[in-house]
Amino acid sequence: MRKFLIAGLMVALPLAAAAQQLTVSAAASLTDAFKEIGQKFEAAKSGVTVRYNFAASGVLIQQITQGAPVDVFASADQETMTRGVDQKLIDADTRRDFAANVLVLIAPAQGGPELRSLADLSRPDVKRIALGKIETVPVGRYTKQSLEAANLWTPLQPKFVQADSVRQVLDYVARGEVEAGFVYRTDAALMADKVKIALPAGGHAPVTYPVAVVSESRQKALAKAFVDYLRSPPAQDVLARFGFAKP
Amino acid sequence: MPDLLPPSFDWFPLLLSLKVAAVATLLALVFGTALGWLFARVQFPGSSVLEAALMLPLVLPPTVIGYGILVALGRRSAVGGWLREHLDYTIIFSWHGAVVASALVALPLVLKSASAAFAGVDRTMEAAARTLRQSPWSVFVRVTLPLAWPGILAGTLLAYARAMGEFGASLMVAGSIPHQTQTLSMAIYDAVQAGQNDAALVLVVVTSVISIAVLVASNRFFSLR
Repeated sequence: MRKFLIAGLMVALPLAAAAQQLTVSAAASLTDAFKEIGQKFEAAKSGVTVRYNFAASGVLIQQITQGAPVDVFASADQETMTRGVDQKLIDADTRRDFAANVLVLIAPAQGGPELRSLADLSRPDVKRIALGKIETVPVGRYTKQSLEAANLWTPLQPKFVQADSVRQVLDYVARGEVEAGFVYRTDAALMADKVKIALPAGGHAPVTYPVAVVSESRQKALAKAFVDYLRSPPAQDVLARFGFAKP
Repeated sequence: MPDLLPPSFDWFPLLLSLKVAAVATLLALVFGTALGWLFARVQFPGSSVLEAALMLPLVLPPTVIGYGILVALGRRSAVGGWLREHLDYTIIFSWHGAVVASALVALPLVLKSASAAFAGVDRTMEAAARTLRQSPWSVFVRVTLPLAWPGILAGTLLAYARAMGEFGASLMVAGSIPHQTQTLSMAIYDAVQAGQNDAALVLVVVTSVISIAVLVASNRFFSLR
């Protein structure tokens, strides 16, 4: 009997501890920086655990629309966040920009093509170009703006491979399965041994990251504290170390 | 759905899924039958280990199959590198990749039922055929295969159903490129992710109707026999 009680307690205990659990849905490009910031936040607020859900921003807002229990949402573009505000999923007055980034064109470090301009993507030795899905992945929309500004969007269409998130684009290029891809500078820096940055893409809306409290959150005070913490010096130091700029 | 199908309905994913599943099932049928016969009739060292290895796709998550294909056939692999160097061909991001993935997950279903079917064939029938001076190949085609056929066919239908629904491994290997490698299951996944619930619903209904039609047709076929 006692054994059963102990086993029961061991199952129930994590549930009791989960009372102070904060769920943060964040853009895939924030993965590494946010994991570190989460540890610092947990150290600053004892008894709090931060649980992350990383994916493309468009996928995350879709999950929130379907009622996913999320406290904080951090997007890689303004458009997705605005969609959330319009649908009353987000507390608009808590919305803050906390970081900025740069869209770059990358190629595999070994045996990748030498790309000096966006127009080089039309060359026959560039067979496949990876980019984020336009519908759900912000980096894909920035890429579209950039290529449209260079009048290359339509002619390059047959070469596109659309990925589920910016990290999948990075993986495709790092594995050498595609000759080129569009990611953020911070992503390229994580795999500096496998991918090389050809040039900043340019011609797109500024890449800024907004964060806000989700309307359905049951612990808004804690969620607000995390949103504010992102703009504090310790968090900004981590972001800067991973290559993010100030908004 | 006010109309049965919206005018802009894209048939490509459905047609591609049918094509991929058909080719993959054909491959699974040929290799599954041959291997099934081998495991049922020939004892060789390591045969049970090899059979277990070939059954793995039934047990492992599709992501493992996808990763395996990427490692084995990707551009940085020996095979993938050679194909790219000499034939300028790569299986990654082409619908052939989805065929390989689907065939691998469908193979165990044919193999297992074929192996059981061959094991159940009355060996005295084969012996009788041999006394009538039939060659080994002739015995196989005219006696063994017809006797084992119902079992093989049942496995093949399951294999087709499995290949039709393949998602994880195909997505990793072939990507989801609209009008190139985007199968039905990927189109549904993309539509749900993008919040296009109407488009997803239409695809789900179309898939369900076709699957029911295939199952009803196969039941009819078997009850008529």
